[in-house]
Amino acid sequence: MSDLEAFRQEIRAWLEENCPPEMREPVRDDDDACWGGRNFKFKNEAQKVWLERCVAKGYTVPDWPKAYGGAGMTPAEAKIWREEMVRINARPPLSSFGIWMLGPALLKFGTEEQKVHYLGQIARGEIRWCQGYSEPGSGSDLVSLQTYGEDKGDHWVVNGQKIWTSYANKADWIFCLVRTDKTNKYQGISFLLFDMTSPGVTTKPIKLISGSSPFCETFFDNVKVPKDQIVGQLNRGWDVAKYLLGHEREMISATGGADRAGSLGATLARNGVLEDPVLRAQVALFDVDALAFTAMSEKFMDEVKVGKGHPAFPNMMKYAGTELNKSRHELLMSAGGSTALEWESEETEGGALPRAWLRTKANSIEGGTSEVMLNVVSKRILELPGA
Amino acid sequence: MPLYLNEDQAMLADTVTGFLADEGSIKKQLRHFRDINCQDGFGHALWKQFAEMGLTGMLAAEADGGLGMGHVEAGVVLKEIGRNLTPSPFLTTSVMGVTALSEASADLKGRYLPGVIAGDAVLAIAIDEGAKHRPERIAARAERSGNGFRLSGKKDFVVQGASADAIIVAARTSGSDSDADGITLFAVPKDAAGVGHNSVRLVDSAMASHVTFDNVELDGSAVIGEVDGGRALLNKVLSAGRLGAAAEQTGVASGAFDITTNYLKTRKQFGQLIGEFQALQHRAAHLYSEIEIADATVMKAQQLLDAGSEKAELMVAVAKAKAGKASSLAVREGVQMHGGVGMTDEFDIGLYMKRDRALAEFLGDQYYHAQKVAELSGY
Repeated sequence: MSDLEAFRQEIRAWLEENCPPEMREPVRDDDDACWGGRNFKFKNEAQKVWLERCVAKGYTVPDWPKAYGGAGMTPAEAKIWREEMVRINARPPLSSFGIWMLGPALLKFGTEEQKVHYLGQIARGEIRWCQGYSEPGSGSDLVSLQTYGEDKGDHWVVNGQKIWTSYANKADWIFCLVRTDKTNKYQGISFLLFDMTSPGVTTKPIKLISGSSPFCETFFDNVKVPKDQIVGQLNRGWDVAKYLLGHEREMISATGGADRAGSLGATLARNGVLEDPVLRAQVALFDVDALAFTAMSEKFMDEVKVGKGHPAFPNMMKYAGTELNKSRHELLMSAGGSTALEWESEETEGGALPRAWLRTKANSIEGGTSEVMLNVVSKRILELPGA
Repeated sequence: MPLYLNEDQAMLADTVTGFLADEGSIKKQLRHFRDINCQDGFGHALWKQFAEMGLTGMLAAEADGGLGMGHVEAGVVLKEIGRNLTPSPFLTTSVMGVTALSEASADLKGRYLPGVIAGDAVLAIAIDEGAKHRPERIAARAERSGNGFRLSGKKDFVVQGASADAIIVAARTSGSDSDADGITLFAVPKDAAGVGHNSVRLVDSAMASHVTFDNVELDGSAVIGEVDGGRALLNKVLSAGRLGAAAEQTGVASGAFDITTNYLKTRKQFGQLIGEFQALQHRAAHLYSEIEIADATVMKAQQLLDAGSEKAELMVAVAKAKAGKASSLAVREGVQMHGGVGMTDEFDIGLYMKRDRALAEFLGDQYYHAQKVAELSGY
C-alpha cells in the first residue's frame, strides 16, 4: 500500500469514528453552517462536537502548518481529505472568511507573531471575521476608496464607511482596506485588522431582493487601531487585497461546478418537470456547459498545484463559473413553474428556490463584476491595447 | 492524472506544432490544393511526411507496427491540423480507420496497416445515410452469399472516399434499420466491383463522396470483428472520431482566435486600434473563456477514453458539443471583428468559418451531442 493509500485509510477510519451522523446531512442554508466566533450559538450538540474534534486534529484547516492550527497536510493529502469528506457527505466543520480569505493573505504577508496569533484563532473557530472592502462610492473601482486612517503615532484613527460587508453584524473582527496616504492612489492603502467591538464601529444590515440580510453597511467613527494590527507594509495594502481577491474569485467560481449537484437534467427529470421538449433541450445544452466547466475547474486546480497557468486565470474562472450558476437557477425557476414563485409556503421550505435564484444574481457582481473580469482578461491575458 | 500534457506529450506538441505551421500551412496545403482543383482533396507528399514522423501509426499497437499511443497524443496532432486547416486523411485513416482495424483479423491488418503506417494508403469511413449523422439507424445491408456477403445500399458524407484504398462500411447483416444489434463492419477494397462514387467538393474544399454499393461481393475476410456484433466496435470508432474532430475544432477555434486578436491589435478606426474598444474586448475575452473550457473538456475526455473509463462516452459527447460551440463562436466572431475584409477570400478567417462548419456536421453536431448527454444522464 502506498503512503497516500495508507493516509486515505487513516482519514476514512477517523471520519467514520468521529463525524456525527447529523453532520452528514446536506447543508440547507446558512443556519446549518458552523461559523464559529465569540457569539456563535451551536445549532445542536453534534455541530459543537464535530468542530471540537476537528480543531483538536487541525482538520478545520488541513493544509495549514501545524504551528498555526492546521494539520500540515501536503496538497495531495488535502485532496484526499476533501474526497473522503465528500464520500460521506460530511459538512465542513467550520465555515469562515478567516479560513477562505484572511488566512491565505496572512500566510503570505503576515509576521510570525501575527500568524501564530490570528491563524490559531481562525483554526479554532474562536474569532469570526468580516471583510471591509467596498464603499458606497467604490464598487468596481475599489482602489478609489476613501475610508481614512489618520496617523496618531502609536495608532491610527479610522473614519469612513464600508458597504456589502458580509455578516458584519455577526463578526468579531474585520480585515479592512483603509487609506493611509491621500496623495497616492494605489500605494496609499493599508490592510488593517481590528475588533468590531472597538468604540465607534456600527453596523446596519441591508435587506436584499432575496429577503435575507447577509450584507451590512459598516460605519467607522474615530475608531482607534493600534499600529501592530497592519498586515504587510504601510501603504502597500493593495498588494494584499489583490492577492486575497484572487482567492475570493477562485472560491466564487467553484460554485459554478456541476458535479456538486449532478446533472441538472437528471434532477429535474426525477421530479417530473422536464416534459416541455424545448426546455429539456435548453437543460441539455446547459448540462454540456456545466460538465465542460467541471473539466475546466479540474484543469485549473491541477495547474495551480504546479504553478502552471496564467496568474490572471482566476478572473476567467470567476466570470465563467458565476454566469453558469445564474443560468442554472434561471432553468430551475422555469422548470419549477408556479411552485417556484411561492415565497413562504412550507412545501417550498420558505421559498428556497426563488430566494436562491435571486441570491445568484449577486454572483457576477460581488468579488468583481463579470465586466471587470472581462476587462482583466482583455488586459492581462489577451494583452489588448488600452484595456 | 493531471489535466495537462506530460513531458513526452509536450515534446510531441512542440514538434508537431513546428512541423505543421511550416509544412501544413494554409498557403502550402489548403489554398494550394484547392486552387489546383485537386480531386483527392489533400496532398500525398505531406501524408508521406506524416509517416516519416511516425504520426500515421501512432494509435496502432506496437505489435502491429504502430506506436501504441493514445487519444491525448492523437489530439495533439489534430489540434495543429485544425489550427492550420491542413487537409489531411489523419482523422479518418489514423484515428478512425486504425481504431476499427484494431479488432480486425491478422490477415486484414496485414492487408492495410503497413500501407497506412508507411503513408502510402488512406482509409475512408462510411457510416452516415442521409444529410444528418444518425448512426442509430443503419439501412445499408449485407446479405450472406456463399462464403461471403453481398453489400447493397448508399452512404453519404464519406470524406476522401474516392481516394481511399479501402472504405470501412457499417452495414446491417440482420434485424431492422433501427436495431442496435445486427451491425457488421466491412473493409471494402478500392477496386471492388459495384462500388460507385459521386464525389463532391464541400464548403471547406474537402472532397467527400456519396457512395453506392450495388451487390458488392465481399469474401468473409472483409469482415472486421464479429458478424452482427459490430455495434460496440462502431461505437468505439465513433468515440475516437468524435473526440478527434473535437480536438481539431479546438485547433480551428484557437487559430481563428489568434488571427482575430492580432487583427484587433493592428487595425485602426476612429484614430485608434479597434482592440481598444471595450465592446470588442469583452467579446474577445468571453470567446477566450469558451475556448479554454472546450480545451479542458476535450483533454478530460481524451484521458477518460485512454483509461477505458465508463464515463468516457458521456465526456466525449460533452467534448464534441462544447468544442463545436466554442469553435462556431470563434469563427463567427472572427469574421465579424475582421469587418469587410473578413468577407474576402484573401483573408484566412473565412476559411476557418468554412472548416468549422464541416467539422460541426462530422459525426454529430452540438445538438446531436447535447441530446446524447441528456440520454446518457438519464433524461
